[in-house]
Amino acid sequence: MSNVPADLKFTKSHEWVRTLADGSVEIGITDHAQHALGDLVFVEVPEAGRAVQAGEACAVVESVKAASDVYSPLGGEVVAGNPLLATQPEAVNTNPYGAGWLMRLMPAAGAIAAARLLTAADYQKVLEAEGG
Amino acid sequence: MPNQERVIFEYSTPGRGASDQWPADPGEEALADLPPRLRRATPPGLPEVGELEVVRHFTRLSQLNFSIDTHFYPLGSCTMKYNPKACNQYAMLPQFLARHPLAPESCGQGFLECMYELQEMLKEVTGMRGVALSPMAGAHGEFAGVAMIRAYHQARGDAVRNEIIVPEAAHGTNPATATMCGCVVREIPVDSEGDVDLEALKAVVGPNTAGIMLTNPSTLGVFERRIGEVARIVHDAGGLLYYDGANLNAILGKVRPGDMGFDVIHMNLHKTFSTPHGGGGPGAGAVGVGERLLPFMPIPVVGREGGTYRWLEEADLPHSIGRLSAFMGNAGVLLRAYIYMRLLGRDGMRRVGEYATLNANYMLKKLTEAGFDAAYPRRRASHEFILTLKRQARDLNVTAMDFAKRLLDYGFHAPTTYFPLLVPECLLIEPTETESKDTLDAFVTAMSQILKEASEEPGRVSGAPHTMPVRRLDDVRAARQLDLTWKPTAQP
Repeated sequence: MSNVPADLKFTKSHEWVRTLADGSVEIGITDHAQHALGDLVFVEVPEAGRAVQAGEACAVVESVKAASDVYSPLGGEVVAGNPLLATQPEAVNTNPYGAGWLMRLMPAAGAIAAARLLTAADYQKVLEAEGG
Repeated sequence: MPNQERVIFEYSTPGRGASDQWPADPGEEALADLPPRLRRATPPGLPEVGELEVVRHFTRLSQLNFSIDTHFYPLGSCTMKYNPKACNQYAMLPQFLARHPLAPESCGQGFLECMYELQEMLKEVTGMRGVALSPMAGAHGEFAGVAMIRAYHQARGDAVRNEIIVPEAAHGTNPATATMCGCVVREIPVDSEGDVDLEALKAVVGPNTAGIMLTNPSTLGVFERRIGEVARIVHDAGGLLYYDGANLNAILGKVRPGDMGFDVIHMNLHKTFSTPHGGGGPGAGAVGVGERLLPFMPIPVVGREGGTYRWLEEADLPHSIGRLSAFMGNAGVLLRAYIYMRLLGRDGMRRVGEYATLNANYMLKKLTEAGFDAAYPRRRASHEFILTLKRQARDLNVTAMDFAKRLLDYGFHAPTTYFPLLVPECLLIEPTETESKDTLDAFVTAMSQILKEASEEPGRVSGAPHTMPVRRLDDVRAARQLDLTWKPTAQP
């Protein structure tokens, strides 16, 4: 059973979004996603200052099974990529909702509402529908 | 159980050597032109071993390998079929081997005739209007194909078209090719039956569409049933259709990409048309084109004038995307493809497609009867099919990778695992047309036996392989620590 924290928002493509105090958001991949990928061996995160569109591939997570793009759940400007992951990609496996965050983003105006993010309960339903 | 073969340096004994293999001493005079700073001060750190030790070492290494000559090799998407020895034998004729690539055309008419006929046969079997043989491998052929698509749009003053549509069931190299050609990749989904999502396709095509890259049958092991509709939508939007020849074996002699509406195709000749592959080459990625792309073919192409053959170069094809390689491609692989097609003939080619498909469907049926789940249970297989072991992973805690490793103990090369990515815990199985029913049955029996073990004694499966010289490798550590250099424990 995957860990789906109630205080986060989610996407169907298995990203999570946390709103921070300054209005920026932290983005990562879910416990289900890291489990499906397996042990990560390489993570590429975007550089600060990059403008991303909602749905744009903006990070890469690579495991021994596969390399996958991570899509930005919403549009905005990248505030930071997680520097830890260059040397410790396994942080995404061990702590996907904490130390394993991928990037912080300052959302464009109205981007959060436009993103139609899922609640924890709705994301749980997505997982059940996938048989996970 | 065979022992692990040591690194050849570990057999080294000072002073030992193979004196008859030693290069002649060039003498000081020959070295006089080399500046002193470029001369090495110490001898190279080569292993000091006798000729017999070298022979035994490499023979033993070769025996540790799984190969088509020794094992059933159902590696999906790779078409690991048997390549008749006759193809090799004829391609090794001294008249071919000794031909210099720069020999005058008048001295190589026999070779050129073979290449010309190969172009003609490939045109016929794929339904295209022109074929160029020079790309060196599949990815090279893909590059040539997308480069021609771009050249076509640019020649029409439509250079804004830089988007290549790639369905998620496309071959894995397609997005890489599009990116290498300076295009932007637009991925679209497939539906639950494995067909391209036409609504998503309609939503993504437009004035920026350069083309779409597809393989049919797709990487999901099913035939794209609405290919005519896909072609119409893309052509109406001003884009072109690229056919990845990865799965050509399935439709050989039955359906032609040209008739499906494709404008350009690459063929992995080393795969579908007889060259042992999987070892990193050499390959041959010939490209075929429809009417619109004829002027842009890479050079050289073999042309015929009366009874003589010659290379067509830039003067003949001024709009060509140019040369992609020195000389004219991998002659040895092209010759094998030519000989293979001549040996099979038109009827034989059709039987390749029929038996590749029949064998895959037979195995799919047998394996589902044995308790495995097909990823697309309502679809007939093409030349390959996907099992999903999602249920076994959940209920028995035994993964697709565990099954793959355990198959090695049973004497089978594993199928492709965890590809395509959109099917969880998948095995992509491609038996090819060259395997007998006995072999297919033996594989099904092994899979059933492993399934039984998985429920009764899961450790036997999750701890596999047990009989190989190397057990389960730590592939995570290998990927994180990329230094593979062997370092001597003591200086030789």
